[in-house]
Amino acid sequence: MFDKTLAELAKGLDAGDYSSVELTEAYLGRINAEDSRYNSFISVTEEQALAQAKAADAQRAAGNAGAFTGLPMAHKDIFCTEGVKTSCGSKMLDNFIAPYNATVVQKFNAAGAVCLGKTNMDEFAMGSSNENSFYGPARNPWNTDCVPGGSSGGSAVAVAARLTPAATGTDTGGSIRQPAALCGITGIKPTYGRVSRFGMIAFASSLDQGGPMTRTAEDAAMMLNVMAGFDPNDSTSLDREVPDYTADLSQPLKGLKIGLPKEYFSSELNPAIAASVEAAIKEFEALGATTKEISLPNTHLAVPAYYIIAPSEASSNLSRFDGVRYGHRCDDPVDLEDMYKRSRGEGFGDEVKRRIMVGTYALSEGFYDAYYKKAQQIRRLIRQDFIDALQEVDVIMGPTTPHPAFKLGEKTSNPIDMYMEDIFTLSLNLAGLPGMSVPCGNTEGLPIGLQIIGNYFAESKLLNVAHQFQQATDWHTKTPNGIAGEES
Amino acid sequence: MSLDSTDVQKIAHLARLEINDADIPEYTQNLSNILDLVDQMQLVDTANVEPLANPLDAVQRLRIDEVTETNQRDKLQTVAPAVELGLFQVPKVIE
Repeated sequence: MFDKTLAELAKGLDAGDYSSVELTEAYLGRINAEDSRYNSFISVTEEQALAQAKAADAQRAAGNAGAFTGLPMAHKDIFCTEGVKTSCGSKMLDNFIAPYNATVVQKFNAAGAVCLGKTNMDEFAMGSSNENSFYGPARNPWNTDCVPGGSSGGSAVAVAARLTPAATGTDTGGSIRQPAALCGITGIKPTYGRVSRFGMIAFASSLDQGGPMTRTAEDAAMMLNVMAGFDPNDSTSLDREVPDYTADLSQPLKGLKIGLPKEYFSSELNPAIAASVEAAIKEFEALGATTKEISLPNTHLAVPAYYIIAPSEASSNLSRFDGVRYGHRCDDPVDLEDMYKRSRGEGFGDEVKRRIMVGTYALSEGFYDAYYKKAQQIRRLIRQDFIDALQEVDVIMGPTTPHPAFKLGEKTSNPIDMYMEDIFTLSLNLAGLPGMSVPCGNTEGLPIGLQIIGNYFAESKLLNVAHQFQQATDWHTKTPNGIAGEES
Repeated sequence: MSLDSTDVQKIAHLARLEINDADIPEYTQNLSNILDLVDQMQLVDTANVEPLANPLDAVQRLRIDEVTETNQRDKLQTVAPAVELGLFQVPKVIE
């Protein structure tokens, strides 16, 4: 059963092949047996999961089951879960038992989902390898010497290792798409404002967006049906109608216009990634799509602009961690300033401190125009590139990452090397556009991701395009060695 | 844009972060590298470009100023490091 998708598991529940309690017990057993190899969970919430599963079975018996009733999943440990530790991958929140639920968590609870636990992540979602977690890195199931990507690394690993059929993630600069690519799964970052940020611990508020991480586009559509929607508790939530994301999955792709940005296919691109992405595009042509070279001329400015905007917003957001109301407090502070400084110095890891300092500097007196304002102006230029391109084409495609999964420790000594891994993903967060990663190949035993970018609110189109690709190819069904065939 | 150790100490103070003296050189190097990276922005002429704060140009949603939340002080203070009589305790700030 561990190889089944959410959609297949839902059918099994409907047919009475197994109960939600049986399904939940099987997954919990698998997590307990296998996760020491991957470190993908920070907390496993066995008791709550079984209670939710029992309630789901009762609901089904009463004839009130919805599309998600009784399906197991996991939440990234950035989403507040009432009564359960919500650490955000940080020592700062190692003792934090959330007193309320994030809107996303509440929606899954209301839909009858079963939460198996909370997944590992880079501290405060800052990182591209999961190595910045206070709980140690999650490991890539395709090769446990390699990173799974980040920041939603634990969610990607748990799905790829079949420890859960699906998980939530968040994406501020690629944190859903990049680990999805590196672990061979499917992930979508919706349009900014589509999924509520309430109770999702803030990193960079104008960029942060939650989304699904699954095995297939169909499953991502099922999850997004639960997650998306207006929330008065989120000041930037969009008050717009939410379509049924599963409705258009089967639309044929004949006539689809695909834009290929020349900046994404430079000679520096890893040759195996270039070949796989090109093969995927041939597949789309066979499905009736046409391609066109386009240009996103400000692509090279995305990393610089991002590394001012994201740290600036982070320095402001993370000022709330001061040892007063929640989180880590240092021992025996001599005065208030000592308490702030030592609580924060002890509670935050190196990368978080670096980004808080970059942001503090960029926002400090005399530097605002040169850094923050400049970065926001460049943000507009980057967005305009996409708006112009998307007038000519329906979707944009390219690689999700410049390299496949790299070795643990390979990029930790130089933060800039790590930042460059998000070169193809973070411009979408600056522009607020939706983007997806789907598996499209393999090199030396490691998966490769294809990125599909769409216009604002075009999640249905992205999911349709990805689903049609997954009907024609089998990259999304590939399983890491040692995991295939472990049927219960 | 290159920073020296005094700059880094000043930034750490502004951010209320204690940094061990031994770690200052590495932070200085890494922060300088990051600022070098972002300095590519300065080559771009943005004289007539409006800054973009919200990717959808959305404006702040307003609501009627009325009470919508119930008092959950006790519940919210269960996660506080030190509480007494419903108040958050901090080191003495006034002599």
